[in-house]
Amino acid sequence: MAEKIVIDARGSFCPGPLMELIAKLKSAQVGDELEVLSSDKGSATDIPEWIAKAGHQIVESREERGIWHITVRKMK
Amino acid sequence: MASNKICIVVVSGTRERLQMAGMMASVGAVSGNDVTVFLSMNALNQFLKDPPKQVPSEGDMGTLLAEKNVPPFRQLFQQAAELGEAKIHPCSMAMDVMAVEPADLVSYLGQPLGLTKFLIDAADAQVWSF
Repeated sequence: MAEKIVIDARGSFCPGPLMELIAKLKSAQVGDELEVLSSDKGSATDIPEWIAKAGHQIVESREERGIWHITVRKMK
Repeated sequence: MASNKICIVVVSGTRERLQMAGMMASVGAVSGNDVTVFLSMNALNQFLKDPPKQVPSEGDMGTLLAEKNVPPFRQLFQQAAELGEAKIHPCSMAMDVMAVEPADLVSYLGQPLGLTKFLIDAADAQVWSF
């Protein structure tokens, strides 16, 4: 059963949110979804770039009151 | 992921340069690149198990980095090694001059490396220096 893991990286700066996501991705199962919460604008563009390069999937990326919610599915 | 060979030479002990080098090492390594870091000169004492309390800044950015919640540069280097399998080596010459042993350095560093071996490794790599 795929899980949803929330990573609260609000208040951190680049590359903090990305590194926190990668650390959690390593231990997640294929199919799991991970939602990163980030207040860092750079991470909102950097995380999708990394995800595309690494071959995972962006499920959703939206901004809500200055916080980006980026949901990623582990594909491999 | 497409892989490049990236060699990062860190000789400065200032916060801005250590931060930028740590960012390059960590993001480079977790993006599938083969990253080697060579720590020498003033950079090396920041990787002692008991590092200096103060990290000097070059300018206003260093002060801001110290105040804001940026990932600490030591954490970035550790993540480069542990999440991205970067190889981080202390310079054997700097260790001799400082009279430190491998056991005095943080555990995620690899074996001491001489310049000759580093230059051979760097021959076909992107080389970045800080």
